[in-house]
Amino acid sequence: MSGLSNKSQERLLYFISPIGLIVLWQVLLMAGIGDRRFVPAPSDIAWRYWEMVASGELARHTVVTLWRVFAGFFLGSIPGIAVGLLMAMFRPVRIFFDPLIAALFPIPKIALMPLLLLAFGFGDASKIALVVTAVFFPVVVNTYVGAANIEKIYWDVAKNYGASQSVIFRRIVFFGALPMIFAGSRISLAVSFIVLVAAEFVATKAGIGYLIWNSWELLQVDVMFVGIVTVGVLGLIATVVLQEIERKVIPWKAE
Amino acid sequence: MVQRRGAAVEIAGLRREYVSGQGTVVAIDHVDLSVAPGEFVCFVGPSGCGKSTLLRILAGLDKQTAGTIKVDAAGWAVENAMVFQDSGLFPWMSVEKNVRFGLDTRGVPREEAAPRVEAALKLVGLTRFRNHYPHQLSGGMRQRSAIARAFVTDPGMLLMDEPFAALDAQNRVILQGELVRLWEQTGKTVIYVTHSIEEALLMGDRTVIMTAQPGRIKRIIDVPFPHPRDLIQLSASPEFGRLKLDIWRVLEEEVNRARAEMEL
Repeated sequence: MSGLSNKSQERLLYFISPIGLIVLWQVLLMAGIGDRRFVPAPSDIAWRYWEMVASGELARHTVVTLWRVFAGFFLGSIPGIAVGLLMAMFRPVRIFFDPLIAALFPIPKIALMPLLLLAFGFGDASKIALVVTAVFFPVVVNTYVGAANIEKIYWDVAKNYGASQSVIFRRIVFFGALPMIFAGSRISLAVSFIVLVAAEFVATKAGIGYLIWNSWELLQVDVMFVGIVTVGVLGLIATVVLQEIERKVIPWKAE
Repeated sequence: MVQRRGAAVEIAGLRREYVSGQGTVVAIDHVDLSVAPGEFVCFVGPSGCGKSTLLRILAGLDKQTAGTIKVDAAGWAVENAMVFQDSGLFPWMSVEKNVRFGLDTRGVPREEAAPRVEAALKLVGLTRFRNHYPHQLSGGMRQRSAIARAFVTDPGMLLMDEPFAALDAQNRVILQGELVRLWEQTGKTVIYVTHSIEEALLMGDRTVIMTAQPGRIKRIIDVPFPHPRDLIQLSASPEFGRLKLDIWRVLEEEVNRARAEMEL
């Protein structure tokens, strides 16, 4: 270990736990502990994964799920940011939205699925609408907290230097809240995947959630695992991309 | 070059009280003061004497309970600009954008703003750092940026709330010297709040000593040192030491009184 820098030591540690888990899993099954029909080995899953990639089946489902997540994510977070900022700036707006958010945030969004199917039908629209409802609340709350906690001195400077409400909104409140907006977006992104995969269990013929549920009905456990792993990988990639965007957009954030 | 003279200020019967749970707290009371155009006035007083309150009222960030303030800043683009204790630079804007802020808010077109920002950056020696963010600068450079942001708006009066209090001793001396030089060149009125007698005597024309809560004017002392000043030499002179001691005697009572009240 002494030859490695601190950084590469940490990086090694970072990969040891997942890889160790997979190796342990494989070894146990190969040793005959566990039934491979119900608990496929990592090598079985990898093989099936490769097959589904090659046939294009996995890509087909992935594209559907990604489209629904991102459409819902943007349609939910942009109004969420706007409402959060307005709540921080204008007391009546805050008083108007506070009880709505308090009442609607705790409702499990998946419980809205039947209602959304009624309203938007069985197509993509109902799934996207569900993601929108799940994304909106964490973004609104985080944006509001971020904007409301902007240090008082910045308001003083803005006022003393003659800033209008619109300048305060665009150049101070928005940027001051940006770190918290990103924090809310990260939570929302994870929540998007969570509710969407659950929603895809019913009333659709495409998407990773459908893939997982369908493989359960056909008792193809390895396919089920392929679906689960895919969701994890998609969530990881999406989070990393969001972090990179955050680093680009918030260059003033000290390391 | 024709010297413009800074804003004239007439403060009469100024009072500010705050209503809190335990009753009414009078922050400042009976403040009467005339500031001549282009004068450099320093306010000194124990903590909580309301000197910052006075400055905030002048800056339009707070409102007096009673009394009047008249400011004549004819011929200047804006009446005042404030420099805050911990710079108040927006962390999400580069130095250049921070400096330009007071021009943007007032709708100065870009072509006109650019040379003014350029000049202000040059004035404080930060041209090379225009694209840096505040967190990449030292404390002294941040305060220089804040001063540039104030100067660029062409205010008749500069309001400064202990702007150098957070700096280390060497940087403080350097920035004090730079501020005095800028003031000598521009003829602006400066109202400077500090807790340091030394700072008040080094830079100001007059030192206003405030009483402990409620803040009233206890004494006004004319600082006799001529301009241009060499602050280092001045601070080592016997007259400076004498005057500092005189003021300390006056202030001592107030500091003790403030402390006694706090211990009650």
